[in-house]
Amino acid sequence: MLRIEYSDYEALRAHGEQTYPNECCGVLLGKSITEPGIASMNSVQQIVRAGNTRTDSAHNRYHIAPQELVKIQRQARTAGLDIVGFYHSHPDHPAQWSKTDFAEAHWIGCSYIITSVEKGKAMTTNSFLLTGTEEDNKKFEDEAIEIMMAHIDNQKGEA
Amino acid sequence: MKIHIPTPLRSYTGGNETVTIPGTTVDAVFTQLTTTYPDLKQHLFTPEGKLRSFVNVYLNDDDIRYLDAQQATAVKDTDELTIIPSIAGGSPAVAEEIALPKLSNEEIARYSRHLILPEVGMEGQQKLKAAKVLCVGTGGLGAPLALYLTAAGVGTIGLVDFDVVDESNLQRQVIHSQSTVGKLKVDSAELMLKGLNKNVNIIKHNTMLTSANALEIFKDYDVIADGTDNFQTRYLVNDACVLTGKPNAYGSIFRFEGQASVFATKEGPCYRCLYPEPPPPGLVPSCAEGGVLGILPGLVGVIQATEVIKLILGIGDTLAGRLLLVDALGMNFRTLKLRKNPQCPACGTHEIKELIDYDQFCGIEKPTSVGPLEVARDKAVAEAAIVDGIPQITVETLKKKLDAKENIFVLDVREPHEYQIANLGVPLIPVGSIESRVAEIASHKNDEVIVHCRSGARSQKAALALKAVGFTNVSNLAGGILAWADKIDPTMPKY
Repeated sequence: MLRIEYSDYEALRAHGEQTYPNECCGVLLGKSITEPGIASMNSVQQIVRAGNTRTDSAHNRYHIAPQELVKIQRQARTAGLDIVGFYHSHPDHPAQWSKTDFAEAHWIGCSYIITSVEKGKAMTTNSFLLTGTEEDNKKFEDEAIEIMMAHIDNQKGEA
Repeated sequence: MKIHIPTPLRSYTGGNETVTIPGTTVDAVFTQLTTTYPDLKQHLFTPEGKLRSFVNVYLNDDDIRYLDAQQATAVKDTDELTIIPSIAGGSPAVAEEIALPKLSNEEIARYSRHLILPEVGMEGQQKLKAAKVLCVGTGGLGAPLALYLTAAGVGTIGLVDFDVVDESNLQRQVIHSQSTVGKLKVDSAELMLKGLNKNVNIIKHNTMLTSANALEIFKDYDVIADGTDNFQTRYLVNDACVLTGKPNAYGSIFRFEGQASVFATKEGPCYRCLYPEPPPPGLVPSCAEGGVLGILPGLVGVIQATEVIKLILGIGDTLAGRLLLVDALGMNFRTLKLRKNPQCPACGTHEIKELIDYDQFCGIEKPTSVGPLEVARDKAVAEAAIVDGIPQITVETLKKKLDAKENIFVLDVREPHEYQIANLGVPLIPVGSIESRVAEIASHKNDEVIVHCRSGARSQKAALALKAVGFTNVSNLAGGILAWADKIDPTMPKY
């Protein structure tokens, strides 16, 4: 399961709308929680926007420069967080992983969020957990997203 | 030195984010790292010992792949190595990459002859269901194309046409029928296609394909099938295919001959590589003027449909890089090799970055009543009393003059085979022979001469030619013999 704050969830969807018709991409920072008796959970505490370096085919490809990733990882470390996943958008395509997504996914145990953006409007957001132990047996599993509304409820309560 | 381990690999380093490994070179550090944590080795290196292609290693802020050997070799204890697998992906460029749609039991029964072909099979049939094909034109070529694609199970078919069904279409446009004469072609075609296969999703574009809308229409499709019969639209379709990166299953026909190819694939040539420029206007007549054997577009359109299916399934060798020539009279099929032209302004140098004015490019005036799909390349004669110094007279005026037995000389400038279909009982000299045969009618030089053809375009040319050789009083019959059949003699056949 993936747990994410409502504001982060909305922000990553909005990112896809802003970069439309090109793909957006970014990194999910947080903690991977494994407790006995329950399935592992990636808990997102911060999202970091990344630049899509695929200028040649940005509408249907994304790539995060490794150097940018090194910086993001360093930033995460400073904050005591890990990279727990990535997000990107599919302009005018379903929120379903493609062959390319699968072939290029190497972060086993991480969540890959995909948002379909139709005609500039963010539609469906799905998360897929890359499971397995190595390249040869990795696979994407549908992953439930738990959206944390707590902060919003609090704000409402105070108002 | 410190090595930062990415999340997925921490299960092999005892959950540690950072491990400290002694060593003075990158190689030594890696050797020590994989000795300490042996399970890491297969995740970082190929069996041949090369760093896996998707694994990036950064020494501080530099990719070790781009450091020269010496820099990469020498490391200090204060340096940091970061192992970072790559992050990339993307939405499917073509429909086949997405999870394919499932087939219903009804569809499985319907497509069973495909399903038992190993080259198609379940996956191929699902690819067809997921595919979106745009048929530009629902005429002679578009008819068999759309029908066979629909029968084959292509999930979404777009139709571009703005014309209405005319009786003269039915000799070859088998997607339309007697009961739909007068209806919009896209509506008529939809009726037939839905009747053939209820599963097909038809998207109707009841519009003229133009530079303003082509890219917008094309973007939703995987393959474009060009079934147009004029050069403007052909260049427009080609350039739009190159710009949007969609393959173009091309076909064209004239009289007894046809051509087919696949243009604008990633590797292959485009229509402009074959014909950088259009022929001068009027040189190549349209089907409306030159005629066409009705079955020929059936033959060529089915070849286009075959290529579309092969493109979707990814099987066989398509006609990309080859031009198929069909000669229906000799019943010969030949293929010519086509090369991609590196200087091609569309697919070579990419000089063409947007769609242009194709009417101007092809040297013709904007289409008026005749549309781009069945357009006459001849300049349509403007509706004015006098055009280029030639008075345009109506069929009613001609009738009055004939009834009053005025001293007029009426000349038919059509071809002899047209004369057999219908005529006004007047002398015939085809427009192409006017200048050489002018002596035959020299006695009428100072008479009132009225020239007519089928619809008024060729006779305008003939009238200008007569005026140029000294005829003093030449008029053109506006609307030609078709107008005569409409307004004066309803028993006369129209063609």
